[in-house]
This record gives sequence, C-alpha cells and structure tokens, in this order.
Amino acid sequence: MTTTLPAPVHGGVRNAVGDAVTLTGRSIRLSRRDADTMVMSIVLPLLMMALFVYVFGGAISTGTAYIDYVVPGIVLLCTGYGAASTAMAVAADTASGMVDRLRSLPVHAWTVLLGHVAASVTRNALSTAVVIAAAVVMGFHPDATPVEWLGTAGLLLLYVLALSWLAAGLGALASSIESASALSFAMLFLPYLSSAFVPTDSMPAVLRAVADHQPITPVIETVRGLLTGTPIGSSGWVALAWCVGLLAGSVAFASWAFRRRSR
Amino acid sequence: MIVEAVGLRKAYGSQQVLDGVDLTAAEGTVLALLGPNGAGKTTTVRVLSTLTQPDAGTATIAGHDVVHDPVGVRGVISLTGQYAALDDRQTGRENLVMLGRLAHLGRPTARRRADELLERFDLAADGDRRVGQWSGGMRRRLDLAMSLISAPRVVFLDEPTTGLDPASRATTWDAISELVATGTTLVLTTQYLEEADRLADRVVLIDAGRVTAEGTPDELKARVGGERLVVRLVDPADLARAVATLDGVPSSTDPHLVELPSDGSAAHLRRVLDRLAVGGIAVDRVAAHRPTLDDAFLALTARTPQPASVPA
Repeated sequence: MTTTLPAPVHGGVRNAVGDAVTLTGRSIRLSRRDADTMVMSIVLPLLMMALFVYVFGGAISTGTAYIDYVVPGIVLLCTGYGAASTAMAVAADTASGMVDRLRSLPVHAWTVLLGHVAASVTRNALSTAVVIAAAVVMGFHPDATPVEWLGTAGLLLLYVLALSWLAAGLGALASSIESASALSFAMLFLPYLSSAFVPTDSMPAVLRAVADHQPITPVIETVRGLLTGTPIGSSGWVALAWCVGLLAGSVAFASWAFRRRSR
Repeated sequence: MIVEAVGLRKAYGSQQVLDGVDLTAAEGTVLALLGPNGAGKTTTVRVLSTLTQPDAGTATIAGHDVVHDPVGVRGVISLTGQYAALDDRQTGRENLVMLGRLAHLGRPTARRRADELLERFDLAADGDRRVGQWSGGMRRRLDLAMSLISAPRVVFLDEPTTGLDPASRATTWDAISELVATGTTLVLTTQYLEEADRLADRVVLIDAGRVTAEGTPDELKARVGGERLVVRLVDPADLARAVATLDGVPSSTDPHLVELPSDGSAAHLRRVLDRLAVGGIAVDRVAAHRPTLDDAFLALTARTPQPASVPA
C-alpha cells in the first residue's frame, strides 16, 4: 500500500507549541485515567482536612479557629503527595522507551517533562479546589478580595510549578519507577516542618530554626494572610523570592537530569 | 546508499562497544544486523537513529549526517525499540494519533493515517480499547504501526519479534515484508537467524563491536562450505570404522551419526553408500543438509576457533 503524505515541516515555534500541547494532553489523559492518582487528588485532601480539623484541631492553639489556620497547609501537603505521581510518570516514560521514541522524532524530547508538569499543575488545581470547598463546608471563612484571591492563586501556582519541575527531575534521575517514588518521599514531610499546622514558636529551638527558614513557612504565612487577614509582614517577598529561585533551580535540575539520562 | 556508516566507534566507560563498524544499506532493501548479545547491534542502531553520538566515525541517513544534522535524520527515520513503547491507558487510536501529531502531520491527517494503520495491522476491531488490555502480539504490531505513521524512509527495528509467540511473529513478518514493498528501507537487529534469513536482503554479522562478515544470506551460507551428508548407522559400535572409511566426522551429540561434506550429487551419495557396504557397515538412513545461517553464524562469530568446513 503506497502512502503519499504531504511533506511535513519540522522545527519552529508553531510546531514546538503544538508538541507541548500534544504531550500535555497526553499526560492529563493518563492522569485522569489512573484511578490511584485521581483518588490521591480528591479523597486525600478531604481526609487530611477532616483529620487535622476534627482530630488535632481542638488541641492546637493558634489564636484563630483552627480551620482558618490550616487550609493553606493542607493545600501544600497535597502538593507533596502529588509530586510522587509526577516523578513516577517521568520515570515510567524513561524506562519504557517512550523517551527514546520521542528522541528519534523531530521534536524537543524534553517537552515530555513539560507535559507531566502541566498535568501536575492541573491535578493540584483540582485538589486545591476540593480542599477549599470542603473547608468552606467545615466552617472556613476567608475574607479575601478578588485581588487577594489572585495573589494566592499566583503564589500557589509558582510553588506548585517549582515542586513539579523538581519532581520531574527526580523522575528523570531515578533508575526505576520505584526509586522515583522513594526519591520524592522527602517532599511529603517538608510541610510538617513549617508553620502549616502549628505555630513555629511551639517547636524546639533547632526545629524552629529550620521551620522559620525553609520556603514553605513564608508561602503559608502569605497565603493565610491573603485569605484570612492575618499579618503577612515580609513573608510575601520572601515567599516570592523563594518560589522564583526554586522554580529556576528545579527547571535547571530537571533539564540536567533529563540530558544525563538520554546519553 | 540511503544508509552509510564508516568506522563507528563508541565506548561506555572502559568498554569498547563499537570498534570500527562500517555498513551500508541501499534504499528499499532490508539490512539485518545479526549477532550475539552484547555484540553492539543495539548501540549501532542507537547511533544511526541519533539517540547516541559516536566517539568516532561518520554516518549519514539519506544524506543527513547523524552528528551534524540530527533533526534532518529524525525527519526521515523512525525507531521501534526492543520493548514496546506504548501508553497503556490510551487506546490504540489515541496512541497512533499522538505519534502522528508529534510527526507534525496535523490532526486530520494523523487521524486518517491512524485509521489506515489500524486496518493494515489488523487492529481496527480493538482500536478504541485501551492498549493495556491488548495481547503482547497486538502491542508489538501497534508499536510497529506507531513507527510508520509518518511514512519514514528508513525504519529501524531493534529485535522486532523477540518474545512473541509464533503466530504473532508471522503476522509481524508479513507486516514487515509489506513495508519493504512500499519502498521503505529497513534496518533491523535480531538474534533470530531464521528472521534474518527470511526478511533480509543483506546480513551483517556483528561480534564484539566489529563487522565479522557481510553478504546476502545465501552468500554467507556459501562461505561456510557446501552441503553435507549425515549418515545414521544402525549400530553405534560401527562409528569408528565408519568415520575412518568415509573420512568424516562423528557427531558430538549422537553416537549413530557421521557427517561429511558433499557436493550434493547423486554420484557422491552412491559412492558413500558403496564404501559403507564394502566395509560391512549397516546404514539406517542418510540425510543431505544445506548449510543454514546457523552454521554461518556459529562459524563466523565463534570466539574459539572452529573448523568452518570439514576436510574431505
């Protein structure tokens, strides 16, 4: 059977954008069809909310209703869990020969990472929406103006992007899907060592030092301030600087890891 | 020559995986790289498909240099690796359309090509089921179809039927043969001598990173020597006498068998039988064997010296 196809044109911005769209659509479709990932994105946030508000909340004194205190922390916690999915998806592509196939096509193979990062951002947007909706049902009273909501969304987006690129890099670095999951484990625990769930002054000195100087604390303080009116102080700028810096670092790391893998 | 490689060298750490590989393939033909595990076949294909850069040597595909114009090369080739690279959670059609779009065919053309290929590879009935539910043979065929969606001029297949059951292997071979009929050039690696014999126009034997022999399957078989007769004795006690009488070689596996080279003529067969009769050696049966690519493979890639033919 003879096939005559119009000669395609390769390279150029239009194709690059098209490839990114194709691979993003693919990653989102794969995500959506993976029951485990979807459960993680929706059920987990609900469980965490209930756990912290009803089981722990009564015993932690934060000066405000605990529900108002903890919402940003739950959002970031879910991001950490989602990071493992991203790392594993990238590791799966590397292990299965999909990356090799992409590298023998006239496309920029690293675009496959972009697809997984975009899917990660989409999943996080979903779980964030679930968290906030559930919180409102449980008595959360945000008093943010539309501008403050935009600012919250913007900061969270930056944070999620940075974390997703880091996860993608770990997935490219890992030698198997299992080790990708193990490598991203550390990201699960970072939110606990911040002001997400308890005020840092309740921690022993060493831990407080870590909590006060890690990136999550200023992000939490800024989001909490934007949504519920607690004082932000310099946290906003610190959070922004951290997120932009982390994003740049993660993208560089992911590119390096991907190049190293495709030798 | 649409594929030309000269002096390819590649080392991974202290291991010299490619040690000066030269090969060529004419357009519209099938070239098979045959060799044991670790010979360097996969690495050669990786260099030719721009996945890996050689340490030395040059290679061009349809005039595009693999080192200096990899994008040009990627526009005219496709690669099907050793393990099917499919998305289990997408359907067959979705996998194909995705590849078509990545080949910059545009969505409508990609969809049309997907339909054509599902039909051609006998996958249309399951085209809208998720690939994770497909059998191994179907997945392999889809893998091949995905490489063909852009109608490439050169297709690289790395061990295309390893792990397939005989029926799937046969269907895959049919698909591959059809492909060649459309003028596509094929470079495939295989451990299966039967596969190289059946599909290839030319075979390159690779061992320890070097080309040890090349030619058409028939040329390689001829290099190993001509036909041989295998005489089966009634009584294994006669073996030593039979070997002496015929100046042949005893089989290493069966004490009833004696082998000797032959020109395949009836006259030679009659002389052999007469000599055995004169010596009073009872013969059960005689078989004539043409050399197989097995013989060529073993003889030409053996690491320990082996006689390629038996002295008459």
